[in-house]
Amino acid sequence: MTVRTAELLMAIATLILSLGLMLSIYTDGLRIDWVEGRGPGAGVWPFWLSAGMAAASVWTLVRWYRGQTPESRSYDPYVSRETVFLVLVSATSLLVLLIMMNIIGTYLSLIAFMFFYVRILGRHTWPMTVGFMLGTPIAVYLLFEVALTKYLPKGLPIFEEGFLWIDNLRYEWFY
Amino acid sequence: METILVSLGAGLLQAFEPLNLFMIFAGCLAGLFVGCMPGLGSVNGVAILLPITFLVPPTAAIIFLAALYYGAMYGGAISSITLGIPGASTAVATVFDGRPMAQQGKADQALMAAAIASFIGGTVSIVLFTLFAPPLAAFALKFGPQEEFALMLLAFATFIGLGGDDIPKTIFSILLGLVLAAVGFDIISGQPRLIFFDMVEFQRGIGFLVLAIGIYGVGEMLWTLETTNGKVQMHNVKITWSRIRSNFGQVREYINSTWLGSVLGFFVGTLPAAGATPASLMSYGLSKTFSKDPDSYGKGNISGVAAPEAANNAASTGSMLPMITLGIPGSPTTAILLGGMIIWGLRPGPLLFTESPDFVWGLIGSMYVANLVTVLLNIALIPVFIRVLAMPFTLLTPIIFVLCVLGVFATTDRMFDTWIMLIIGVVGYLMRKLNYPVAPAVLAIVLGPLAERSMRQSLIGSQGDVTTFVTRPISLVCIMIAIALVSYPIVKKILRKRAAEA
Repeated sequence: MTVRTAELLMAIATLILSLGLMLSIYTDGLRIDWVEGRGPGAGVWPFWLSAGMAAASVWTLVRWYRGQTPESRSYDPYVSRETVFLVLVSATSLLVLLIMMNIIGTYLSLIAFMFFYVRILGRHTWPMTVGFMLGTPIAVYLLFEVALTKYLPKGLPIFEEGFLWIDNLRYEWFY
Repeated sequence: METILVSLGAGLLQAFEPLNLFMIFAGCLAGLFVGCMPGLGSVNGVAILLPITFLVPPTAAIIFLAALYYGAMYGGAISSITLGIPGASTAVATVFDGRPMAQQGKADQALMAAAIASFIGGTVSIVLFTLFAPPLAAFALKFGPQEEFALMLLAFATFIGLGGDDIPKTIFSILLGLVLAAVGFDIISGQPRLIFFDMVEFQRGIGFLVLAIGIYGVGEMLWTLETTNGKVQMHNVKITWSRIRSNFGQVREYINSTWLGSVLGFFVGTLPAAGATPASLMSYGLSKTFSKDPDSYGKGNISGVAAPEAANNAASTGSMLPMITLGIPGSPTTAILLGGMIIWGLRPGPLLFTESPDFVWGLIGSMYVANLVTVLLNIALIPVFIRVLAMPFTLLTPIIFVLCVLGVFATTDRMFDTWIMLIIGVVGYLMRKLNYPVAPAVLAIVLGPLAERSMRQSLIGSQGDVTTFVTRPISLVCIMIAIALVSYPIVKKILRKRAAEA
């Protein structure tokens, strides 16, 4: 896909989004006009801002049609083959990390995430890989759970119970 | 004047309290690190590390973040000079001459010039800040909702007029930020709005931090991975202590550009939404214009490094002035700082000086100390940071991603927000590739609730009479300036056309 096509598709997508927002506000029954004795209705602000977004999208479409934006004159690939791998891998790995955090919990996910980046993608040495795989969850645990007292997701009950054991151990030792 | 000096003295004493002093050191160090990392700037650092500051009192927290902001301004130059990759957008202009200097084996001179110019820029702007902040705060006390709303318009207009980006795309970005800020319960009627797919999670709204970390953490990292193709090229940088000492003698060569950048940077920084990036670019341009040897710019002129560095540091302090005194952030970073202040239970604006003087003067006092600490740390750590810059992206990327995910989760305690962050990050990256500016959206999501409230309060007070915005002098002036700013690109285009025809 060229940059020119991407700009067109993006402008259409932003236009649809804007119209969708306007429709959502309208169908939710929010007042988009003046309410006697109460001032502007709850829908005035988002509705008319969305209308502005739609107008800005149409403006971009007109500029695209006239070839006024640098992007509308560019026939370069929107994402080149060389970079699509890196970007895709990064975004997907983050997606998988979030999914795994819900299943196996934060810490085991971090271990797997670090293994993927450091060993598989980076092809670093085993000592460095193990250092990152263990160092990251330990640093996160100390910073977030111990210092900030933030309870990070532990995943399914079986994994959560495992971590409760570690927490109990910490409380028994230090408190 | 006497009151200012007494308050400043108290602020300095506060800055030297052990916790605050530690926060200054930690912030400067973190800022230097964040600033010199390609793909990360002050805005990323502040956004990612903001959740961590909830552990300490608000004064220590803002001192840490302000020091981080400072440090990042210094640090941005390091990767610009050594790698040719700006650590942040504020350091783009530094690349123009810093990179050629590094290629000529003069990286140490360029780094030293950047550090010293940053120090001078920072110091000049803090003095100006100290002098201007209290009178501006007193003036701002006269502001009602009409003036507040007009000021918000001015902030958005600055982005359109001075941002230099595609105008309809900038407008879209601002409006999108404002609409996203409206998700959740209506602040006046309590009605739920924009609850997408009837998901109850949207009732709590979309936090600015989710948007900021999504755009500046995930989105910026994807952007950097693409622009560098995952490979960061190092240049051979020779740095020895004797060379560092001898480089001090060069200050005379770039002192004029530094003064120019310092004063210009401060005033551009105070303009809402203008920030350090336009300040550094304008400073570079003016320095070149006034130079006796403009042709050498872009080929390794040391003044070309000093001018933007002085300006971006001065602008970082300048941008805090409207944030503290008016509650209007002057840059994306201060927009996040503003959000942080609201989370800490403070209300930025004119009343802050009377309600929380310890907080304000503690911050001002810490700026003086942070500036000194940062320049010393910077010079001492230049060799160390050059080693850190060699860290491959396969180590840097997962660390940043983990910080993004946990930073968002720690703030909101909801996995849902981490999903939103990922979506915003990817969409932000795709939009940025098509020249949609992302900074206005971050500014808008922070200012959105304030802007809506002031607009509705004004209209309720005036029984729906929209002329209320133009019948009050301060509001009228702000709106006129906003109109002028929005018209500026069009007028500029017409004038250029006429000049070309002539």
